[in-house]
Amino acid sequence: MWRYIGRKLFVYLLTFIVAVTINWMIPRFMPGDPVRSMLSRASVGDPEALERMTNYYNEVFGLDQPLHQQYLSFWSGLFKGDLGISTMLYPQPVLDIILRAVPYTLGLLIPAILLSWIIGNRFGAFAARSKVLDNTVLPVGYILTATPYMWLALLLAWSLGIVAGVFPVAGGYSYSLRPDFSWMFISSLLTHWFLPFLSLFIVALGGWAIGMRNMIIYELEADYANYLQALGAPRRLVRRYAFRNAMLPQITGLAVQLGTIIAGALLTEIVFNYPGLGTLILNSLNSRDFFLLQGIFLFVVVGVLIANFIIDIVYVLIDPRTRVQMTGGSS
Amino acid sequence: MTLRVNDLKVYYQTLRGDVHALDGVTFDLADGEIMGLAGESGCGKTTLGKSLIRLDSRMRHVGGTVELDGKDVPVGDDEAMVPFRYHEISLIPQYAMSALNPTRKIGRMVNELLRARGVRPADIADELKRRLELVGLDPDVLDRFPIELSGGMKQRVVMVISTLLNPSLLIADEVTSALDVSTQRAVAESLVEFRDREYVKSMIFVTHDISLVYQMADTIMVMYAGHIVEKASAKTVINEPRHPYTQMLIGALPEVGSTTVQGRLEGIPGTPPGLLDPPTGCRFKDRCPLAFDKCSERPPLVEIEPGHWAACWKTG
Repeated sequence: MWRYIGRKLFVYLLTFIVAVTINWMIPRFMPGDPVRSMLSRASVGDPEALERMTNYYNEVFGLDQPLHQQYLSFWSGLFKGDLGISTMLYPQPVLDIILRAVPYTLGLLIPAILLSWIIGNRFGAFAARSKVLDNTVLPVGYILTATPYMWLALLLAWSLGIVAGVFPVAGGYSYSLRPDFSWMFISSLLTHWFLPFLSLFIVALGGWAIGMRNMIIYELEADYANYLQALGAPRRLVRRYAFRNAMLPQITGLAVQLGTIIAGALLTEIVFNYPGLGTLILNSLNSRDFFLLQGIFLFVVVGVLIANFIIDIVYVLIDPRTRVQMTGGSS
Repeated sequence: MTLRVNDLKVYYQTLRGDVHALDGVTFDLADGEIMGLAGESGCGKTTLGKSLIRLDSRMRHVGGTVELDGKDVPVGDDEAMVPFRYHEISLIPQYAMSALNPTRKIGRMVNELLRARGVRPADIADELKRRLELVGLDPDVLDRFPIELSGGMKQRVVMVISTLLNPSLLIADEVTSALDVSTQRAVAESLVEFRDREYVKSMIFVTHDISLVYQMADTIMVMYAGHIVEKASAKTVINEPRHPYTQMLIGALPEVGSTTVQGRLEGIPGTPPGLLDPPTGCRFKDRCPLAFDKCSERPPLVEIEPGHWAACWKTG
């Protein structure tokens, strides 16, 4: 077991290193000079002043060093929690900006992923082999999974936000409030959270329900289900076994889907102008803030890796087959 | 008389019409009798076995009755069959290797199954251990997952589970097909021992391995295209078969010590008829060397000598 975790950790570490390297490379090898574009916005006319400012900023961002030096200092900065300085919100450190946005993104993602997964699985299992539900609800599920996140987000914002006027459609909390621990602020936070959450939840729900329904039908056709039924075992017992066994591929599915869901969350945030990482990505792209962009990508990569690692461990804990293979079994 | 099957008809529903897989089958099974059920693939052996315990969703009970220990067995009614299953009629399935839930420890699965069938697991735990030892398994297997057992071990576990409640009738469906020859023998001997110890009262042993069934069964029933062609004691069927199909089937078996000098083994020319639209009369007539005009009528299964039944105009 520990050897397995160690091996997994090693693979994840390798992935992390590669991801960080690529992450470091992209802004540096991309066409366009971030410092120059920042200065051009300041419209400095004097060529000499421009030259001096360019040099100054190149030094601040460490762009005057040779590439390998930059790479190494990037890594050492990483371990010190120093991701550089944002050009968009100069002179705030990238890390601070990201840490301010991360709670919003996590607050959206974690409930949306977990709730849609749990409810989708339960519902899919319930709908399997029930003619009425199979014919009515599942086609809706197919439409839902095929819906692009941002499209559904727009639809919800328009219907519930603008037409019905029940929920606010932009921001993380009301612009007239300042963050504090009052009931008013928290309720404002919740109403602003609801629509982005709902659009993420609904799209993911359909996918899980369909996947589970198909898995359950497959499991109910399995030999062990037939054997139990031949021995007169009640439907409840057979279904319980089938549900548990069908959950296993769904967990793998969760790991595979994670990246897509996060991408969807980022888009949804943009639609609702929600102050999470997604909106931050858009803003930093618009202002060519490569350091900030690089930092956000790093956070997303690390987040996905951690989540996948957790799923890997959970899978081992609940599937006896992998567990037995790992410990060598007793036979 | 343990089991009395009378004119049982079970069809498979397909989009192109009904497949007459079991078309009027009549036989009796005595207390303590092990009956080997033999025949080619697709002759209805497995259908007969399944019909007696649980029809799958495509199977339809068309007619005929089944009686077990004097009680009527409602084979066509899935709900009404539940009290019979496991308690009275049990099954060792064709797929014993994959019959156990892969994610439950075997002991826990057995307990859950027993509880669902209204038996307290504690009452039967000692008996379960004793029987596992009888088939040569360590009772520790109950603490393992199916993946930790070899194929032969799983097979034996399923044998013990299926017979745990001392059913009156056990259907063993191709239980030896996936095993090597020495394990086949061990399984067959265990089943005979189960009968001798009265764990099961009587048994239908479905197989296409006639030489194996000859060693363990009391009687052999041969089926062809959904009909019974012959039933007699194992010795009689092997040594003095009367129905031309049985004769050719036995003739197609290799004998120990025979060499190719004595000539090639003869198969049975032709193929079994399709059962979607089965031929009238004797279903073997197209392949039968003795066929004559009368074979266009279906020959009844008659007792040609005590305990020897055959369905052929030539033997009648």
